[in-house]
Amino acid sequence: MAALSRRIIKETVRLLQEPVPGISAVPDENNARYFHVIVTGPSDSPFEGGLFKLELFLPEDYPMSAPKVRFITKIYHPNIDRLGRICLDILKDKWSPALQIRTVLLSIQALLSAPNPDDPLANDVAELWKVSESEAIKNAKEWTQRYAMGN
Amino acid sequence: MDGESDDDSIFDNENVDSGNVSSDGDDFAMEIESNISKERQSEPEDYPFEVLTTDQIVQHMIDSIREVTAVVEIPGTIARILLNHFKWDKEKLMERYYDDDQDSFFREAHVINPFNKPINITKPKLKISGTEECEICFQFFQPNLMTGLKCGHKFCISCWGEYLTTKIMEEGLGQSIACAAHGCDILVDDVTVMNLVPDARVKLKYQHLITNSFVECNRLLRWCPSADCTYAIKVMHVESRPVVCKCGHIFCFECGENWHDPVQCRLLKKWMKKCADDSETSTWIAANTKECPKCNVTIEKDGGCNHMICKNQNCKHDFCWVCLGSWQPHGSSWYNCNRYDEDEARAARDAQEKMRFSLARYLHYYNRYMNHMQSLRFENKLYAAIKAKMEEMQQHNMSWIEVQFLKKAVDILCQCRQTLMYTYVFAYYLRKNNQSLIFEDNQRDLETATEKLSEYLERDITSENLADIKQKVQDKYRYCEKRRNVLLVHVHEGYEKDCWDYTE
Repeated sequence: MAALSRRIIKETVRLLQEPVPGISAVPDENNARYFHVIVTGPSDSPFEGGLFKLELFLPEDYPMSAPKVRFITKIYHPNIDRLGRICLDILKDKWSPALQIRTVLLSIQALLSAPNPDDPLANDVAELWKVSESEAIKNAKEWTQRYAMGN
Repeated sequence: MDGESDDDSIFDNENVDSGNVSSDGDDFAMEIESNISKERQSEPEDYPFEVLTTDQIVQHMIDSIREVTAVVEIPGTIARILLNHFKWDKEKLMERYYDDDQDSFFREAHVINPFNKPINITKPKLKISGTEECEICFQFFQPNLMTGLKCGHKFCISCWGEYLTTKIMEEGLGQSIACAAHGCDILVDDVTVMNLVPDARVKLKYQHLITNSFVECNRLLRWCPSADCTYAIKVMHVESRPVVCKCGHIFCFECGENWHDPVQCRLLKKWMKKCADDSETSTWIAANTKECPKCNVTIEKDGGCNHMICKNQNCKHDFCWVCLGSWQPHGSSWYNCNRYDEDEARAARDAQEKMRFSLARYLHYYNRYMNHMQSLRFENKLYAAIKAKMEEMQQHNMSWIEVQFLKKAVDILCQCRQTLMYTYVFAYYLRKNNQSLIFEDNQRDLETATEKLSEYLERDITSENLADIKQKVQDKYRYCEKRRNVLLVHVHEGYEKDCWDYTE
């Protein structure tokens, strides 16, 4: 494996020293490019009260290319599919090397507060979100209850 | 790699790589001239065009930029981004420049208005004893080692280099690399790229990408589509006309396909798509097969009785090929299949007939089209055989100039084959009327003449009475030329008088 860049070391240290409220990101003990992430569901969102597990991996050419992030906890959200893949512009064409793990995770947290059914990844969820938002929110709350609470 | 340079701008660079231009261009020059004169017989009007080498393309780009900077006082490197934004339409650029609000004019092209004062980003940055932190590598640098565009976002020189290299080499981006800062869409200009990219290989790739986007954005330019050819053709106005590259390739400027007279670009495109599509395979399947009514597996009946037993081991359904009903009620007298004449069965039969007919029609034209295409490929062998023959003749007291008629004969043979090939595309879409009958007669005459010439060149030239041959060959190819001309003129007249109806 390529030597760990100074940037990754510094970023990790800063993440541990000044954690983002509502987000924890801990590097794997065997692989410093792999992070175990937990995002708490934002208040005033159907995900409130849930703890969502994610995995985050920094590829070889990070920060020139974006980190790979995936939800491990099941979540009912129009921009997150059944495999936990996330549709977020900064993880794709809008990635900038000036972004960081911290800013990526904040954006994901913001995506939970403001789902965007017009740019969907999970079509059935997005459809319901558009047709009947109240029902979709009810589903999202149920899923949060069932999969993101208790453990 | 050749042609590298450490110059700041790609435009000041005299050494711009011109790709692997073949040096044997001169050998082709003569053929081209003769081709042009031939084309002009059927194309009386002039269609001026120029063949540009990669160096000339770059020069053309520089000239276009200078024309803008002579009027508007902006740096050349910004003028290029603007021109690219306006697809190299200088007039449109000038018009918008003087009509619009200047700030929004520059903003839309993703550059900072060069007449504005430099922006100072007052973002609080971590500073340790006069140094700044680069937001990409998190290291601290003296301010003079930090750089950026006019938008004010600064990063260290080595991170810039790595960022641009990734964009150029991994993503193949040329003219649309944005500033490295998040959410900033200001484009990186050429001078900055050339300054910040350390590797000559990457610079060269960047030059290629810029040149390529220049040609592709510019309506009046088109790369020669021939493999490994690095020339581009420049025209005065876009039209479906034949252009001849220095590499010898003749193609249609409008669509880039081989020169396809008499058929028009639109129908040729449709035809090529039809031939490439699997849709024809499915037409064949529809015409020649049926589905098992129970498990839907596709069955081709290759003879035998109409009592079908599906070979799908999980199905083994017994049914009647004729009516697709279960075999059981047919009993032993299947040939009196009582459902045979029911309306439903008749409709199904009619549909299948129709499908068969359209398939047969398509295959008729397709086979002839492909046949000429293949013959055209074989004529390359003929060139070699003819060359040997020409040498032999020269040993028999004929001069070089006297034996050139043989090469000319093969040239004309190839032209006729190519024209014939495209007449079948034209004919496929043509609806029958009086003119189409004349066209078919012309097509038949050209075909007969071409086959006679082909046969004579392939078989009948022996070593005896070489002088005799000349007259015969010339007669034959002149006749071919004449027939080809008649056919093309007739089709073109039809276009002018609007007397061609199409089936779709």
